[in-house]
Amino acid sequence: MDSLQRMDAVPQGRRRRPWTWERAYPILTLLPSIIAIAIFVYGFIFWTGYISLTKWNTLTVNLAWNGLRNYALLFQQFRFQADLRNLLVFTILFILCCLVIGLLLAVMVDQKLRTEALFRNIFIFPMALSFIVTGVVWQWLFAPNSGVNLILKALGVKHLPQWYVDPTIVPPGWHVGQIQLGLPIALIAVVVAAVWQMSGFAMALYLAGLRAIPEELKEAAAVDGANAWQTFWKVTFPQLHPITVTTTIILAHISMKIFDLIYAMTGPGPMFATDMPSLNMFNTTFQGNHYAQGAAIAIIMLLLIAVFIVPYLVSAFRQEGRS
Amino acid sequence: MKGKKALRLGGAAAVLVALTTACGTAGTANNASNTAGAGTEEKKIEIFSWWTGAGEADGLNALIKLFQQKDPGVQVQNSAVAGGAGTNAKQVLATRMQAGNPPDTFQVHAGAELMAWVDAGKMEPLNDLYQSQGWNDKFPQQLIDMVSKDGNIYAVPVDIHRGNVLWYNKKIFDQYHLQPPTTFDIFFKDADILKQHGITPLGLGDKDTWEATMLWEDVLLGTVGPQKYDQIWQGKVSWDDPGIRQSLETFKKMLQYVNSDHAALDWQDGSQLVATGKAAMNVMGDWAKGYYTTDLKLKPNVDFGWCVTPGTEGDFMVISDTFGLPKGAPHPNTVLDWLKVLGSTEGQDVFNPLKGSIPARIDADPSKYDVYSQQAMADFKKDQLTPSLAHGSAASPGFLDAVNTAMKVFVTNQDIDQFISALKTAAQENNLGQ
Amino acid sequence: MSARAVRRSLLYIILIVFACFYLMPVYVVIVTSLKSTAEIDLSRMWQLPHQLDFSSYADAFNHLAPNFWNSVYLAIPGTILSSLLGSINGYALSKWKFRGANVLFPIILFGMFIPYQSVLIPLVQFLDAIGLYNSIPGLILVHIIYGIPITTLIFRNFYAGIPDELLEAATIDGTGYWGIYRHIILPLSISGFVVVGIWQFTSIWNEFLFASTITQPPHQPVMVALQNLSGSQIVQWNVQMAGAFLAALPTLVVYIFLGRYFIRGLLAGSIKG
Repeated sequence: MDSLQRMDAVPQGRRRRPWTWERAYPILTLLPSIIAIAIFVYGFIFWTGYISLTKWNTLTVNLAWNGLRNYALLFQQFRFQADLRNLLVFTILFILCCLVIGLLLAVMVDQKLRTEALFRNIFIFPMALSFIVTGVVWQWLFAPNSGVNLILKALGVKHLPQWYVDPTIVPPGWHVGQIQLGLPIALIAVVVAAVWQMSGFAMALYLAGLRAIPEELKEAAAVDGANAWQTFWKVTFPQLHPITVTTTIILAHISMKIFDLIYAMTGPGPMFATDMPSLNMFNTTFQGNHYAQGAAIAIIMLLLIAVFIVPYLVSAFRQEGRS
Repeated sequence: MKGKKALRLGGAAAVLVALTTACGTAGTANNASNTAGAGTEEKKIEIFSWWTGAGEADGLNALIKLFQQKDPGVQVQNSAVAGGAGTNAKQVLATRMQAGNPPDTFQVHAGAELMAWVDAGKMEPLNDLYQSQGWNDKFPQQLIDMVSKDGNIYAVPVDIHRGNVLWYNKKIFDQYHLQPPTTFDIFFKDADILKQHGITPLGLGDKDTWEATMLWEDVLLGTVGPQKYDQIWQGKVSWDDPGIRQSLETFKKMLQYVNSDHAALDWQDGSQLVATGKAAMNVMGDWAKGYYTTDLKLKPNVDFGWCVTPGTEGDFMVISDTFGLPKGAPHPNTVLDWLKVLGSTEGQDVFNPLKGSIPARIDADPSKYDVYSQQAMADFKKDQLTPSLAHGSAASPGFLDAVNTAMKVFVTNQDIDQFISALKTAAQENNLGQ
Repeated sequence: MSARAVRRSLLYIILIVFACFYLMPVYVVIVTSLKSTAEIDLSRMWQLPHQLDFSSYADAFNHLAPNFWNSVYLAIPGTILSSLLGSINGYALSKWKFRGANVLFPIILFGMFIPYQSVLIPLVQFLDAIGLYNSIPGLILVHIIYGIPITTLIFRNFYAGIPDELLEAATIDGTGYWGIYRHIILPLSISGFVVVGIWQFTSIWNEFLFASTITQPPHQPVMVALQNLSGSQIVQWNVQMAGAFLAALPTLVVYIFLGRYFIRGLLAGSIKG
């Protein structure tokens, strides 16, 4: 806030400088990008929003007004209800696993190992891959008659899990609308693949966070007689709080948008157990030719993401303004 | 954008007016474009399809070669879209058609899938072509009806696949002295024997859902018969009809005899279960024969046998690939020449043996086809033809999409009431039969 | 053994177990892709090939080569152009404060968080209207535009680290806006360009949603082609694995040689930098 006020105050405090091209350059430089973003992001979102209120659920464009009917139908659909459940379950599991594994790996890698770089690179490399590659490969690893199940079989497991083929939802018994609430077993395989790919990201952020904590803090705790375990939870972990928040936000928005991985690995799955709004939107719009309905799904996805991204952006820039 | 599209459409319309008059006077399509005043048309054609698999791609290439022999100097762009058994291609096509950027000609299933484009006003009628080529009595009337609306014919069928075929592992059937299941009673009797011996009775791979929808439509046809089957998709039968419910009961019972990992398998995996002896039977369109003989090198009547699906003797579930002329196609005259080759006996006999399908014409040469196809060709001439729902012929893409969605749920929870109520909603939302 | 040695060994054991988990898919990909078709059997997935056989690579390459080159023609110009744009944007935002910059920037930044589904339908219509639908240039344009937020962000944070005194001295010397950019900012930007370049290259190469909706054969990038290759038994899965390996190779090579910068991009992408 301070810097904002300072900036506003500057031109008034000084004598107005004469107009030169020099002063216009920054804004002229930015202008094409601003226009592009205005059209391609905000204009297009607006247009999608409009389409979602029309009757364009046919092969040919039909922009007759349909009110909120597409949204109403959506929420009555088994598939969309399942999507929302899956999205929630997936997001929670995905973020939790990434954070826990990421933090664990970061702490282990941070023990001044000679092989630090090697391990770090192994844990991060999946980030360089496409979700499509990950999906193609993990699809085979979790195939019920192959991959992981061969190992389980060799270990003597009797009832082999069916992974992404299993339509079971645990725990049984909670029904809301048309769907059953709970954890779809089929989603676990997808979570494993997604965590495999993205946990390195959490590790990298935590590692950077750990390195930024001044040694003196830890030393001071050690002097006070705290052991390593206590030092970690009392000193180090609280210091990592902002990193946890940032990582959660980034992972959450990746999770809410997840598309490629599911598309390549499982598709909608048995009883839509691995379906997501993104996939539903793609099928509905481009394969089912229900454009208005697809647009409605897209708008709901956007709102779900905006709910936490907008406050995050606002707070990030308020902080930056202060510092 | 609008202006450009209007221009393009206007140009095409001018060509077409000239073209229809030219056809009437037995003039060739080529000099039609000269008199149109819209500039001479390049001898070029973009052929859009999803024929990228082994046999079908060969068939398409053979057709293109034949076309180029008949029409030297024609430039052919083969825009075949791979993946998803045609779903990718249909998506691409919809986007292009909406954008007013149609390919010259495209693959589309006869029936509702084609009619979606006709109803949208995107297709040109081909009555003159049929007239000039004398095709009106060369294709079965029921098939011509599937590509017609209000007396106008909109596409040329190039091949026929049969949807109601049950394939079985010959060795297993011989070993347990089983009878080919032409009725549901025999089917369940066989299935129980197989189950006792630890063999999966019915192999299924329904990863892409249409496989399950297809199994159900065959059960439905076998339960209610061809007349009522047709009427259902015309919206003339109540969804509470006992026949529909009974078909779902039977279908549900069948699902108790399928492999547990069916949701992870696609149709080929499902067919392969029969080939490897892990399952005894599989219901699949007769493209499975091509997969058995070409890809897996199995021998018909030795390694595998077939019969129609239970209760469908005398019925022929038709899946027919057709090509038409979209409005605004850049090279309409070349398209007409292409369609002439497609509809000729020569064209059909070049394409179909390679693809493993049978010709849509009833006067093709049976000696060019294998033992399965010869039998199917004979049936095709005398059987009642019914349109396949799962392959987009019976009802609009929107309705089919909704059925597939409901089917995905049904194969797991097997809740008949829920499925029927989903059918009702789908019929309402998609104006079934209108 | 001292307590420390026990702890260290334990640490290594856990790390190795995790490393095995992360490398497991790599093992499967490589082992499978080196088997001949005759040796392909899902129940023998983990076994080493009896004989090295590179035919699946040849097969996969036959399937994917044109799409692979499409991806090259897409990713290289896309990366260069969007890095340049990000650089001049970042310069404008970081060194030349103007009224409203701190409001404008988050508004631009929001563009990188949106689900692209929410712009997809208009985008397809728009690209068709300007004649770029189903073309690599169209896809390049899309990646440049939706890359603006992230490239601008990384460069803005990068340039914030350049001391203002340097610029002030140049201003007093009478060097203009573009002069300062050319002679002072640009030479200092090399590592910024590497970070942004790697980031953009990786994202463009790996992107699927835009690629699959905006392009059709023969213009599809390699990831779309790989997806079309997969999930069916018509194409054997040793070929799918070889295809996955080929498609992943460029970004993997970049990661292996420039991993440090890749990680910096990851951190910079999380806003704070």
